[in-house]
Amino acid sequence: MKVKNKIKITVNGKQIQVISNFSMKRLMAKLKIPLNKIAIELNKKIIDKKRISKIYLQKGDKIEIVHFIGGG
Amino acid sequence: MVDRKLKIANKNFKSRLIVGTGKYRNFRECSNAIKVSGADIVTVAVRRVNISDKNKARLMDYIDPKKITYLPNTAGCFNAEDAIRTLRLAREIGGWKLVKLEVLGDKKNLFPEMIETLRSTELLTKEGFKVMVYCNDDPLMAKRLENAGAVAIMPLAAPIGSGLGIQNKVNIKIIRQQTKLPLIIDAGIGQASDASIAMELGCDGVLINTAIAKAKNPIQMAEAMKLAVISGRKSFLSGRIKPNLFGSASTTNKGII
Repeated sequence: MKVKNKIKITVNGKQIQVISNFSMKRLMAKLKIPLNKIAIELNKKIIDKKRISKIYLQKGDKIEIVHFIGGG
Repeated sequence: MVDRKLKIANKNFKSRLIVGTGKYRNFRECSNAIKVSGADIVTVAVRRVNISDKNKARLMDYIDPKKITYLPNTAGCFNAEDAIRTLRLAREIGGWKLVKLEVLGDKKNLFPEMIETLRSTELLTKEGFKVMVYCNDDPLMAKRLENAGAVAIMPLAAPIGSGLGIQNKVNIKIIRQQTKLPLIIDAGIGQASDASIAMELGCDGVLINTAIAKAKNPIQMAEAMKLAVISGRKSFLSGRIKPNLFGSASTTNKGII
């Protein structure tokens, strides 16, 4: 059986492994994060949430997923 | 006399009290305190989503951004780049353009780093943000922020979370005289009378977090702050008597026996 290639990425400071050819949309589904009320940054660039199915993750990508919390 | 509404970046707000959403025991308490305070603007911070505990309660489930204006802040930022990155993310979450800029210079006293604050104000304004700026109580810097495009000047009363009350009334008064921009005291309020004093100095509003959230009874303190802001504002508008070194009897001597 052929083993699928895996790549390492960092999401919110945590390293995780996904298979290659993994889209940002699949990542969000895997993490079970609803897309409203959040923003996504890929390698310090904000990405358009409407385009996440077209963005494929690369080895070493750094992703930040943020939302609002209490603050002064 | 009907007071004009608090107007920031061409938008009217009912309340002159802005409250922070940090440091509460839980979101329910925070939400109740906001309701009681009557505030229609609340500050919020941008942070990572907890990807290992997705069931954790979220602020937006408790405070409806359609009913209350979210004012994203840049808490924890120490330079212009971090502040701009944070506010761009905030804008992406829900299209917010009215923001609170807070660039700190020292982890201990939490004083604003004014050079970076000024630079950030210029850059953010160019990007179309409406920037309400947390700043020190220096009239010269306040003027520079105004020239850089700030939509509100928000000097500290005292260090963030200190509860020390207004330390430099003279500077606040000078800033009041020189600017027509909304002037909002941000940080350092400890008790209701501090909020009243801010309003009596002619400020347009007060921003309070710790003094409400960390009070023994936050809900009651939220109400006290609401009343203090209303009271201080009315006192300011009513035109106080001139302070006099000597007494002036309230009862006439006419008809005295």
